[in-house]
Order: sequence, then C-alpha cells, then structure tokens
Amino acid sequence: MRTTRYLMLAAAGLLATAGVTACSGQKDDPATAGGPIVVKANDTACEVGDTDLAAGTATFKVTNSGSKVTEFYVYASGDRVMGEVENIAPGLSRELHVELPAGTYETACKPGMSGKGIRGALKVSGSAAPLTEDAALAGATDSYQRYVKSQTAALLEKTEEFVTAVKAGDVAKAKALYPVARTYWECIEPVAEIFGDLDPKIDGREEVIEEGMEFTGFHRIEKDLWTTGDISKDGPIADRLLTDVKEIVAKANAEKLSPLQLANGAKELLDEVASGKITGEEDRYSHTDLWDFSANLEGSKAAIAALRPALEQRSPDLVKQLDTEFANVEGLLGEHRDGDGWKLHTALSKAELKELSDGINALAEPISKVAAVVAR
Amino acid sequence: MSGSGLSRRRAITLAGAGAAGVAGVATGAGVLLRGAPDQAAASDHAAGAVPFHGEHQAGIVTPAQDRLHFVAFDVITKDRARLVDLLQEWTAAAARMTAGQDAGVLGAVGGMPEAPPDDTGEALGLPPSQLTLTIGFGPTLFRDAEGRDRFGIADRRPAALADLPRFPGDALQPQISGGDLCVQACANDPQVAVHAIRNLARLGMGVVSVRWSQLGFGRTSSTSRDQATPRNLFGFKDGTANLKAEDADLLRDQLWVQPGDGPDWMTGGSYVVTRKIRMLVETWDRTSLAEQEEIVGRAKGSGAPLGQRDEFDEPDFAATGDDGQPRIPAHAHVTLAHPTRNGGARLLRRGYNFVDGSDGLGRLDAGLFFIAYQRDPRRQFVPIQTQLARHDVMNEYLRHVSSALFACPPGVRDGGDHWGRALFA
Repeated sequence: MRTTRYLMLAAAGLLATAGVTACSGQKDDPATAGGPIVVKANDTACEVGDTDLAAGTATFKVTNSGSKVTEFYVYASGDRVMGEVENIAPGLSRELHVELPAGTYETACKPGMSGKGIRGALKVSGSAAPLTEDAALAGATDSYQRYVKSQTAALLEKTEEFVTAVKAGDVAKAKALYPVARTYWECIEPVAEIFGDLDPKIDGREEVIEEGMEFTGFHRIEKDLWTTGDISKDGPIADRLLTDVKEIVAKANAEKLSPLQLANGAKELLDEVASGKITGEEDRYSHTDLWDFSANLEGSKAAIAALRPALEQRSPDLVKQLDTEFANVEGLLGEHRDGDGWKLHTALSKAELKELSDGINALAEPISKVAAVVAR
Repeated sequence: MSGSGLSRRRAITLAGAGAAGVAGVATGAGVLLRGAPDQAAASDHAAGAVPFHGEHQAGIVTPAQDRLHFVAFDVITKDRARLVDLLQEWTAAAARMTAGQDAGVLGAVGGMPEAPPDDTGEALGLPPSQLTLTIGFGPTLFRDAEGRDRFGIADRRPAALADLPRFPGDALQPQISGGDLCVQACANDPQVAVHAIRNLARLGMGVVSVRWSQLGFGRTSSTSRDQATPRNLFGFKDGTANLKAEDADLLRDQLWVQPGDGPDWMTGGSYVVTRKIRMLVETWDRTSLAEQEEIVGRAKGSGAPLGQRDEFDEPDFAATGDDGQPRIPAHAHVTLAHPTRNGGARLLRRGYNFVDGSDGLGRLDAGLFFIAYQRDPRRQFVPIQTQLARHDVMNEYLRHVSSALFACPPGVRDGGDHWGRALFA
C-alpha cells in the first residue's frame, strides 16, 4: 500500500517467470482463425504441431497428457508474453488464441506451472510491417490491459479461496493462501491505487488508517492470523475484502493506462519494493514480504515488457540496461526461494537485504528514465 | 547568501549553449559564476570556488572548510569497464559541482518534465561554498576480503596501502569501517557538501553502494596559517602543530607521495586515514580543568603547551615544575603525538566534530571524525597511533569505532583526465 501518485500500468505481456508464485494469470481469449495448431504437452515434452506460421491470429489447442497441471505460453523477445493459457489439468485440452505479427517467438509449456518451461522456436512470417512508433506505443496499452485482466482474474479466484478459509476458521489454510492471493494484488497495485478509497480498504496498514475508518482488508486479517490466531470474528471483514476486491477488479479491467502511466507504474512498483518490502513493513506480522517483492518486480517487468517495442525503437541501450538489471535482481531474489514460495523477511541477514536494496536501486535508476523516453 | 553572485540556475543558463565537453563547461561556467556581473561574489571568499583541476587533489591542503560529508562505497559491480565509466562520470559531475553548477548538464529544473532531474536540486541558488571533492581507493578495491582481484589491479596496490594493524583498545564496527572507494566532500555550507555526496551516490547506483557516511559540523584543524585554530569537543584547540599548506618542504617530505615511493599512479597523491572517535564528553566534562590540561598537555584557554605562553610555542618536554615532575606529563597527548617522539613523523589533519544525535542512554553520540593525510601510513599514522593507543591517558574518554584507509591519487590535470585514469590505464 502506498500513497497514490501516478497510476500506471498496463499492458500486455507478462513475462511470468516462475509458476506458482508468479503474477501470471489466466485468460480465455476469444478467438478465431484457422485450424488449431495442436500442442501435445506432457511432463517432459512440448510438441508444437506447426512452428512456421503466417502472420495473423493463431489458435493453439494444448492437450495435457502428463501428470502435472501445465501452462502454455507464446513469448516475444525479452519474454514478453504474447498469449498464455493456464491451468491445463492432466487429461484436459484448452485453446489459446493469439495475434502474432511477423517475427520470431518462443513457445513454452510449463508442467508443474513453474520455471522457464520447455521452450521451442516459433517463426511467424508475412506482410505485417513492423510497428510504427506510435503503433508500438498504442499497442502497449492494449498489451498491458491484457496483463491486468489476467492478474485480476487470479486475484479474484485466490481471494475467494482465502476468504473461504478465513470464514471456515481454517487458520493454517488461510495463512498459506495469504501471500498467494496478495501476489496478484501486488503485481498490479498501482492500477488499484487509481481508485482512491479502495486501496486502503483492501491493503491499508494499520498505521495509515485514518481516524474514523475501520482497519480492514488483507493486513487486518494478517494481524489476526499471526498474532492471536483468532479469526473467529473476521467473517464480516473477509466478506468485505471480497466485495472490495470484486469492485476493484471490475474497475481495473475497464481501465486503459497510457504509455506514460505504464512507465511511471513500472517505477512505482520498484519504489514499493524499496520503501516497504526491503524494510519488512508491508507484512509485519506474517513476514511474507518477499512474495510481495517478487510480485512487484514482475509487475514492473510486465509494464516494461508492454512498452518494449517502443523502447527498442527509441532507446535500445536503455532496454539492454533494463534487461541486465532485471536479471540481476531476479538472480539475487532467486537465492531466497523456499519451495514454491519465498523465505520470510526475518530469515534474511542485513547484508542480504542490502544486496537486494542495491539491486533494486540499480534497476530503478534506469527505469526512472523510461517515462521521458516514452514521452518524447 | 545575498550578494554572493549568480545562482546556479542563472550560471547554467549562461553556460548552457556552449556546452561542448563536460569539463569545458565546468571551467567556463565557473568563471562566469565567480567573475561575472556581481563582483561581490569574488570578494566573498567563503562562498567562492576552489579549482578542481591541478597537480594535487583539492581538499587536502585547501584551507579546511567548516563542513564535511565523507562517504565510503563498496563497489558492487564485477565489471571493470562499468567502474571506470562511473569514475569518468563522477569526475565530470565533481568538476561541475565544485564550480557551483548542477551535477548534470540539464540540471535540477532544466530537463524534460517527465524525466527525473539529473540534479537533486537542494543546492539551487547556493554558491560553490569552496566545495572540494577528494577521492580515494581502499585496500579492498585491489583485493577484496575473499582475496579476489576483481578489477585486475592487485599488482598496482602500493605497499604503503597496507591494512592498518589492530590497535589496543580499538572498538571498530566493521559496517562503518573500510570501503573500496571514498569521497570526502568539504564545503562551507553543509547543504552543498551533502548535495555533492548525494548526487555522486545516485550516479553510482548499480556500480557502487554506500557503505557508510559521516557528517561533520565543524572543522577541528587548520591547514593554513591564515586560519585560526579551532577547538574539538573536549574544548581544546586541535591541530596547532598540524602540517600546513605553507610548509612546502614538510609537505614534500610528509604529505605527497614522491616519485619512486611506489607505483607511478600514486605520485603526487597522498594516503588518508579516517577514524571515527567517539568522545565520552559527559565524563570528560566532570574532569577538573587541571586534569584535562595534563591529559592534553596544553592550556585549555590559550592552547599553549604547558609551561609556555603562546599557542605556537614549541613544547619543552624537559621542563619540570616545582615538584620536579615534567611540566608536560610523559603520557600527555601532545607528548606522545609529537614528531620528536615518532621519528619525525607528522600528519596533515583535517578532522571534523560530529554529533550523531544521542545514544539512548542520555548521552550525546559525539566525537571527532579524525582525518589525516600523509605520504606513508606505515611510517606516520601507524607508529603515532601505536604510541597513543598504548599510553594516552585520554583513551579513557575515547572509543575508536571506525577506521579506514584510502590511497588518494594525484589531482585531475584537465578536462581530458579523470579520477582513476592512471590506476586503470
């Protein structure tokens, strides 16, 4: 949670990195087009029926014959997500419709929904001209909107599960779901901040609640879960959280962010990390700050990915620098993984936190230059 | 600061167009700032600029300014080229800021509205204030704590840049000691000094990380005979017998690294030792005047050595009082630190008083941030401090909590030169 400033965000591609705890999202693209390209996925292979396509809308039909839930992605350079389909349970098929201009891409299946996935090359040829600069920027807005929708869908789903656990008095399950549901929130938080009152209701920390306003939302339930463990009276709080999340999801899905908002949002997400997560202030009872850290980082990367085509035209050196610094922070953060999730903030030494802080600073300085590149 | 000349903003506007070559701009604008329409600026010495380029770095024999912000950095990149690029960027920014200009060419308010400004802005409208920026390279830049030669310069480490020994009584805190690089910012306006360090730290994101930094609010030494001797927080004049800018022969023998001393890149440079010395002022203040004077070896009022009349009189260690005891005790601070007791070794001190708030036990967290420049710490600081650490009665009131050593290269000659050029050549 933080103060509202520019909003941000946007776009398209997600670049989810790692599965379960990643921001990623679900999406059911409406679609069309020629006969579907068959993708045979199992736990060790990802066979794409046709890897040389014509520009336009492509439809992939992904069948999972493995034993793990899988996902399927189409990535442009920099792991910009062009399209993805999630939650393909063993034995099921799902379709992905994706608009692909001429270019080179990668496909990926992610059995177990984590890691870089099983990658393959994909070539798309045709007459589609490279985007003009303006078109590249306009595309960023649409791209990011797709990202937001994928996150909000997951946010809603995981919040529902969390709320159900709280109302059922299942402390252990609620504790496990708390950082997961928040992940999707943290990926797109700057969008949420556009909507004034809702952000503090959902994500307000105790000290920022103004007089006369009740302390509600994620952090209220966090406090009860981790301090007294008594959530018997939290039913109404949980119901309100879900109502508020539903409202913000509807609003966020309708919001179109400008490229400049995207650029500022990418920076603000890192500011969030620098000011709230590194210090352990965000999740002071649960100490699950690194989940939020990872989500903020991914959200920032998603916003930059949406702007990438425009940035590559205008400032390729900056793109290179951002790639380097994103990779650096991801590497540093990656050392603190714990299974599918993250170590507690309290498990990190001061030296480790400083290292993360240095990494965020190194990334945030070049990111702060993106807005001017977009605006010129 | 009225009547002190052009504001940074105006100076930049004037300099603006002809901005070819960063260093060129710095020089040009510096002249404008200092010389130009308002002659009052030139006459206001404390507000003026100290030349950045020269044979030696500024900030060593430069008459000690009133304020300090000292910072030590860890280098966090493994990429030598990035480090060298940063040193070049820093040099350009330092040349600009010491001339009273903004850190970047666009300035605090001259860039695009959508972009963060390339200067942080808190020095807008302030004169150069004799800002000096002095860089040093620490032992760990050459070989880090794990023994790695990260930047391929281990064979260029001067022998004189040997790790300091542990002195008896040291209570050093590693997190505020050492460092791969340091920058000493001195100015007559604290805002100007802090502005300079903040902007250098910002330029360094991703390449260096601030390890520790220290503010000093009042100089405790004079480095020129034009300056009165200031007092430290024990209330005594400090730096009476300091090396001074006017002592050309002594500076050659005791301060500046000479050809043949070590690697050529350090010739014309100097080594700096910093020690953060906490002073237990509350117990000191309960000590009688006579005892305080015996501990120091000087009169508190005049600063004269005990038994003498004038501050600058030479101490007479042979003189005895009515009781037959030496007039200046053998373990007085002035005795132990005196060149005659240390093989002639002298230091150029330019330390600063600090108060870092309070310590939670109702005491001021106060003391002296000791800074001493010298030609070879092995022959100067180390033997002197060894004497003091063993015998100085003053130690009862002191805690050395941080320590660092840096090799400060010679001056940046001109706009084509930069910090570390010879070291990384």
